[in-house]
Amino acid sequence: MSLSILAVDDSRTMRDMIRLALQPAGFTVHTADDGLHGIDVLDGITPDAIITDINMPRMDGFGFIDAVREQEQHRATPILVLTTEAAPELKARARAAGATGWIVKPFDPAKLVKALQMVAG
Amino acid sequence: MTDNNRDSTIELLTFQLAGHEYALDIMSVREIRSWTRATPLPHAPTCMRGVINLRGTVLPVLDLGDRLGLSPQVQSERAVIIVVAQGETLTGLLVDAVSDIVALTKDDLQPPPDLANGAATGMVSALTLIDERMVRVLDLAATVTLEKGMAA
Amino acid sequence: MSFETDPMAEIRASFFVECEELLEALQDSLQIMDDGAEDSETINVVFRAVHSIKGGAGAFGLDALVRFAHRFETVLDALRTDRMQADAAAVKVFFQCADHLSDLVRHSRDGGSDPAEQSGALLARLDALLGTEAAPAEDIAEPEIDFQPMGLTLDLAALDDALPADLPPLNALPPLCDLADLPPPEADGLKTYRLHFTPDTKLYETGNEPFLLLRALEELGAAQITCDTTRLPKQQDLIPEHSYLSWTVKLETDAEEAKILSVFDFVEGLCSLDLQPIAVTPDAASASAPRTPKTPTAPPSPSAAPATAKAPTPIKNVVRVDLDRIERLVNLVGELVINQAMLSQSLETANLPPHGDAMNGLEEFQRLTRDIQDSVMMLRAQPVKSLFQRMSRIIREASTAVNKEVRLHTEGDATEVDKTVIERLADPLTHMIRNAVDHGLETPADRIAAGKPAEGQVKLSASHRSGRVIIEVSDDGAGINRPRVLQIAIDKGLIPADAQLSDSEIDNLLFLPGFSTAGSVSDLSGRGVGMDVVRTAIQALGGRITITSVPGSGTCFSISLPLTLAVLDGMVIDTAGETLVVPLNLVVETLTFQAQDVSMIRPGQHVVRVRGAFVPIVDLAAELGYRAPQNSYDGAVALLIAHENGNRAALLIDNILDQRQVVIKGLDDGFSRAAGIAAATILGDGQIALILDPSDIITNAAQPLQKPLRAGALT
Repeated sequence: MSLSILAVDDSRTMRDMIRLALQPAGFTVHTADDGLHGIDVLDGITPDAIITDINMPRMDGFGFIDAVREQEQHRATPILVLTTEAAPELKARARAAGATGWIVKPFDPAKLVKALQMVAG
Repeated sequence: MTDNNRDSTIELLTFQLAGHEYALDIMSVREIRSWTRATPLPHAPTCMRGVINLRGTVLPVLDLGDRLGLSPQVQSERAVIIVVAQGETLTGLLVDAVSDIVALTKDDLQPPPDLANGAATGMVSALTLIDERMVRVLDLAATVTLEKGMAA
Repeated sequence: MSFETDPMAEIRASFFVECEELLEALQDSLQIMDDGAEDSETINVVFRAVHSIKGGAGAFGLDALVRFAHRFETVLDALRTDRMQADAAAVKVFFQCADHLSDLVRHSRDGGSDPAEQSGALLARLDALLGTEAAPAEDIAEPEIDFQPMGLTLDLAALDDALPADLPPLNALPPLCDLADLPPPEADGLKTYRLHFTPDTKLYETGNEPFLLLRALEELGAAQITCDTTRLPKQQDLIPEHSYLSWTVKLETDAEEAKILSVFDFVEGLCSLDLQPIAVTPDAASASAPRTPKTPTAPPSPSAAPATAKAPTPIKNVVRVDLDRIERLVNLVGELVINQAMLSQSLETANLPPHGDAMNGLEEFQRLTRDIQDSVMMLRAQPVKSLFQRMSRIIREASTAVNKEVRLHTEGDATEVDKTVIERLADPLTHMIRNAVDHGLETPADRIAAGKPAEGQVKLSASHRSGRVIIEVSDDGAGINRPRVLQIAIDKGLIPADAQLSDSEIDNLLFLPGFSTAGSVSDLSGRGVGMDVVRTAIQALGGRITITSVPGSGTCFSISLPLTLAVLDGMVIDTAGETLVVPLNLVVETLTFQAQDVSMIRPGQHVVRVRGAFVPIVDLAAELGYRAPQNSYDGAVALLIAHENGNRAALLIDNILDQRQVVIKGLDDGFSRAAGIAAATILGDGQIALILDPSDIITNAAQPLQKPLRAGALT
């Protein structure tokens, strides 16, 4: 079972961490630097799940989720929000935008894999 | 040296210095070059002949005869520089002539008698006989490492 | 060290690189805010920089960094959401916090003295900014609580801090999905629960999937899952995206209730969920329901063409290269340059027609070699921006220390200079900036009295000028107080009491060792470091420093540096048959002695009169031990050398051969490093020429009695 993941984060460190956590577990990882870039990358792939940061330049995570959900073929693609804030209002906002779940940074690689399997099979 | 411990056979490069025969473990020899004029280094010990251009790097050259305390010789036409590697450091050793490469076993080597007189003794790590001639095997580390005081 | 790459260590290293970039962006944006030119995106950039540093730091368990960044971020968030205003005082605190953040980052990376104890005072200032909004109970441990709502901590964190080098690679961690591999739970710890689960339509809209949730439940223990389809409408009424199904699960597990509920974390509020323990042990009844329910997912629709407008994504194309590889390339190119010079020399002596193919080709080869050399040197080049940013911090700290208001202007911070030059400029520049604040600028009261604004200006600029880098530090202070400088120099016996000096010569007295103009040694620049040390550091980089000052309107120090340390502008000279190279930046002029200009002070020590001043003569060949000292100096050629302490000396040589760029070859520090010799180079004929350190030679010559006699020196 190889799941394909799109990870959107403006921090290179975070993108590297996600790749490092997921690749050994057999995931295929695509990355993008911010929301707009994420939309671009999404044009060429159909990931099984998307991980996105919230605070990003050009297009933030909320905008990105909105834009993804507007696309027919990604309406039900699971989207996990990466956030350092576990504040309830942020979760609520992410969910209102259509996020499937959230991962609180710093994440444990095993938990990230588990969460992805929870939402993407 | 560790290279020697691995195998009981060692190969030695033998060479001439002031009419005596010396040898070095061939594993430490990188190349042999004909003599070219060295640029002298000011205030260097007398055994330091200077530096030469070894394909773009600056190679210090030691007059091995002087280093070993042998009487000065007229430099012959056959004089060569043996380029040796000690760790990462390359050094050139000026010798009168290179003789041969010989393979020996460890058993052929004898420790030098412990006379403990003179600095040069520490540089000879073993003695051996080749065709009835005595050959002094040098300890490379001791040979190319100059004490601080010498560089004054 | 082995060459095995530890992915975690690599990411850690890349995190610190990213931190530097983020800190730079932070400084830039704070500067914009300080100039009052910010928009909402500026504040967002500030926020994101701190946020990203925190995020990465959390991943590596850098707790002190996380804690501070978190509190900083909290205040920035208030700013971002218009809950507070960034006035000048607030920006000042932000600058201090940014500086501290950068200290914490460097400490996390390099170790050394722990700056964390300063966090407290800054945090108090941050809280003060928030005023009443600050939750007083929000103490330093708060982010940890914040960070663990789902128990998601990085197991490596603790290890990482203590043993950064021994980090296990991630793939050596305990196997992922361990829950699925758990052995069947033991019977005695088991409890049975009944769970009703009814998804809302909204659950599907957020991309959640009941099937996966139920599967996760099955992983907790033995589950009997019943699907309730009674709410399914007739087919013609069915709206595919509505939720009609619900499930009842009887779960026999040793997991706690909280653990079961955690499966539904993501869908909390998007479904109705009822979990009840059942006291009785389970019977094997009612296993008739289908185990795996058919789940309604969003219906597949003909794939619509993506409506997204393609925005150009300006992603910087950067390759990270090991510095060693660049060094190797620089060395190889150095050899190419030498090789080209050797080829030129041999072709020139071959009497070829000057405009023939060979000579034209050679010319082209020379040009290409020079271009390649320049390009390769630029690989090591970095903008001076990071250096200038460090200086803005020095300004802030220095001005606070002496109670002056100072504004720093920078210019040309995109100017690129060799990485090593940048590193080695930090100390001299720091000193010059401190000097400018401490000595250069007047007190606010004096400034106002002189009709100037209370706030002093310090300008730091960089530019490329004719193959060199010019860095200038200027202030709009009072200028050099020449009568006072002169008096101090006379009082300290540095110059004769009746010395007649030009303005520029007086200004240059500042470079004399130990010279200090401060009436009272202030804590700031009175650390026993004078401008002479600055000058020595600049000269060691192959540079020159000059000073200009206008009374009442300010002082400017100008540093001129070579673009790279790998080549040197040299004067090729000949003495006693040896070819040597003298760094051109130290040669003031060339002299040819007339017998009447030279006088003996005492045997072995002569001076030459250069425009009225007596300059000591240093016989280079004798100093280097190449031959005995000369007896006659008539017609001798010498180089007037600017010595590091501001004195000059005439270096006696035989001939000047050439003036050219040479590629610097380091000498082993061991036995081949000799006094008076800085490095070596390879000339066009393949011979090695030594590059002199004239200051060293002159200093040695000035202490003839301490010079040890050398055997063979006069042979």
